[in-house]
Amino acid sequence: MIKNSVNIKLGGEAGQGVESSGMGFARAIARAGLHIFGVQDYMSRIRGGHNWYQVRVSERPIFAHEPKIQLLLAFDERTIQEHLHELVEGGAVIYDEGLKVDEDEIKAHGVIPMPLPLQRLAEELGGSKLMLNTAAVAAAAGIMEFDLSYPESVIRDNFGRRKGSEIAERNIRVANAAYEEARRRYAHLFEWKLEANPNAPKRMVINGNQALGLGAIAAGCKFCSGYPMTPASSLLEFMFAQARRFNLVVRQAEDEISALLHAIGAAHAGVRAMTCTSGGGFSLMAESLSLAGSTETPVVIVLAQRPGPATGMPTRTEQGELLFSLFAGHGEFPRAVIAPGSVEQCVYEMARAFNIAEKYQMPVIVLTDGFLANSLRSVDMDAIDFRKITENIERGKLILPHEQEKIEQAVLNGYRRFEFTEDGISLRIPPGHPKAVYSVAGEEHIPEGFIDWEERADNRVRMMQKRMKKLDLAAREMKLPLLYGPEDAELTLVCWGSSLGPALEAMERLNGNGIRANLLQFIDIHPLDWDAVEDILSNSRNWVSVESNYSGQLARWIRMNTGLKPAAKVVRYDGRPLNPVYIVERVQEVLAKI
Amino acid sequence: MVAQVTMKDLQSPVEPTWCPGCGDYGILNAVKRALVQLGIQPHQVIFFSGIGCGSKLPDYIRANGFNSLHGRPVPLAQGFKLAHHDMVVIVVDGDGDNYGIGGNHWLHAMRRNINITHIVQNNMVYGLTKGQYAPTSMKGFVSSTSPEGTIEWPVNPIAIALAAGATFVARGFAGDPKYLADLIVKGIQHKGYALIDVFQPCVIFNRINTYDWFRERIYKLDEDPNYDPHDKRMAWEKAHEWGDRIPIGIFYIDEEQPTLEEQIPALAEKPLYQQEIPPKLEDLENLKLMFL
Repeated sequence: MIKNSVNIKLGGEAGQGVESSGMGFARAIARAGLHIFGVQDYMSRIRGGHNWYQVRVSERPIFAHEPKIQLLLAFDERTIQEHLHELVEGGAVIYDEGLKVDEDEIKAHGVIPMPLPLQRLAEELGGSKLMLNTAAVAAAAGIMEFDLSYPESVIRDNFGRRKGSEIAERNIRVANAAYEEARRRYAHLFEWKLEANPNAPKRMVINGNQALGLGAIAAGCKFCSGYPMTPASSLLEFMFAQARRFNLVVRQAEDEISALLHAIGAAHAGVRAMTCTSGGGFSLMAESLSLAGSTETPVVIVLAQRPGPATGMPTRTEQGELLFSLFAGHGEFPRAVIAPGSVEQCVYEMARAFNIAEKYQMPVIVLTDGFLANSLRSVDMDAIDFRKITENIERGKLILPHEQEKIEQAVLNGYRRFEFTEDGISLRIPPGHPKAVYSVAGEEHIPEGFIDWEERADNRVRMMQKRMKKLDLAAREMKLPLLYGPEDAELTLVCWGSSLGPALEAMERLNGNGIRANLLQFIDIHPLDWDAVEDILSNSRNWVSVESNYSGQLARWIRMNTGLKPAAKVVRYDGRPLNPVYIVERVQEVLAKI
Repeated sequence: MVAQVTMKDLQSPVEPTWCPGCGDYGILNAVKRALVQLGIQPHQVIFFSGIGCGSKLPDYIRANGFNSLHGRPVPLAQGFKLAHHDMVVIVVDGDGDNYGIGGNHWLHAMRRNINITHIVQNNMVYGLTKGQYAPTSMKGFVSSTSPEGTIEWPVNPIAIALAAGATFVARGFAGDPKYLADLIVKGIQHKGYALIDVFQPCVIFNRINTYDWFRERIYKLDEDPNYDPHDKRMAWEKAHEWGDRIPIGIFYIDEEQPTLEEQIPALAEKPLYQQEIPPKLEDLENLKLMFL
């Protein structure tokens, strides 16, 4: 018997409830005190096609999924064709007995076919064949002898205790029958079991986009504008859902150009403001990004990457826009780029992005991707400590227009929005006070804010220096790459963003395989103290960048700034997320060549 | 209790760089008159402009301003308005800004009925880039990018505004700043989005649509006692009148529609920028419960 360590995949057509069942099951398992990692894979269509959801279960925190699975819940025949080869020997497939399935083929793979009357139970006890997915999940719980009360509690929450309770009860009837039937017929054949740990702390089941939303709200972001684009849309939706509770203004704009401009307008008024998009939308934002740079407007842009070019693969994942985020926009202007790699980091780094933006009065880009945005993880409730955010709000040199006394004192000698200062940062008083009436411009301007109509060389030079030197100061507080694993290693994996989870586990496995490896994660991408980064990387005998893109963009960025070259690059650009097995295999290949 | 504001209060230290005789002087004059009439002080108003001759206006009036990007002041102004809704927000941009590159932003601002006054300086030519044809250039207009005359129909701003649901649609003439000031006053007083398209002769690059050309043709809608600006069908008809007679004035007004800001719960009590951050720890902790 193998306890509390299993990979379960659910598959079917769009519209069959693959994702909702998978997420519900993951939540039930987390409620039982176990750790989960949930990853989805879906096509850009609303009905038909093939979608899957994979849940990995463990007793310890997990940050990635595995390519091999032990249990497959197939809502259609295609799921079996597509995923049979992923099942380990002794694994099982649960499916409705009405499906046309070649049992011999399944058995030939060393896998146990487990047909069950799922649809019949759904229709007879639930009154709807739509409840087939409930039956399938319950059957899975049955063969793993997992306490059904946890899935039941999720069903009750999903369908509401009051209004929808009848639907909930019907689902629960279906679940109980499927559970018993599956347990009776097949539990003795299936090796993997789930046992609840009621003593575990309470855990949240949360994805990267939701975590970004939490971070933004905790940081006092009051304005969010966006235009729907996968995989950023669910962040925009999260902000809409919280608008009433937290008094937010959340707007769906007519396009991404407008979305960023809305946010810049709100930020100009003194409000913490953000927008969120994916690469195509970010392309449209490039012009306004430059405006934010010129007018020194603090604004936070979440760029949830997906594979390009152009429309690319809308529902897949990639880290192909690191260099784009660093260079987008015309002209030279200061910006910061931050790439959280886990759910917890999404919360804290998103909040920090607002501090950086306001302290240095510049745009900040928070880079994520489809994998991080959508993957569900179980996280201890205590692991997200909002006090760390709310007690550390830094708004820099900002006085709001209604802070009368502060303004009176600050503008004794008149107010110049872009006054030359030693650190390049000027006092920011959003419009509204009689003693701070001014105009700002995207055109090169003078300290008062007026356009410099003569386009004087000396003013230009001073303004460029004023804006750009803010980066020198910011670099002092930006995070140097984080080291995981042993200090001294023969191999250093270097990652950023969503590569963190798979790379962390790959590092552990490499050490288990006798390869002394550690891991460096770049959270802050720009600005950075590159001399310090160079020192850190120089300590590594061999470093290998691990990224979901074609060209190894982080490695290029490092080389651009330090001249250092990686021993090799482990890249993936098929639109699928990295996983530990993929990384270990490739690292071992490249090690042989080093 | 209207505050006393004088033309002098609105005097900017910056001298206009417009060509002598430019229609933009008339517009600047009308804008100042309107602020004086309404007693709006410099800190109570912000001008968002695009890029073009007329978009230099924010620097030429003592008030808050934001000289943005070509075609982009409208979304910028909306974001600002939602964060500081008791500020008077005025967009001043040109026909290239608003009817060309920023056309999509304009369409959507109108259907939102956000309380912004929008003055479009319509000179029917691209002035600052030295004389290319504009979205509003009349068919056949000869320019450096239409050497044989344009082969496109001009944009009809009034008709588009009516179709898009604008609740205040007007047209003025830079050659009559007094009348224009009156339209701007009404536009600012209007609760909701107000378009004031302004015929603005470009004395250098548009030798067709000159002051005289306009003066020979324009007439004021409010001089016709039978004209009812609440009647959208009448407005629609007048929107298409072009040629020997061209109407100016208020084509259409609908005072019944709620503004965008009024419909946003977060703005019910006070402007967004005045709301305290961060939120209460207790509320944040409760937010965690949805993930259990």
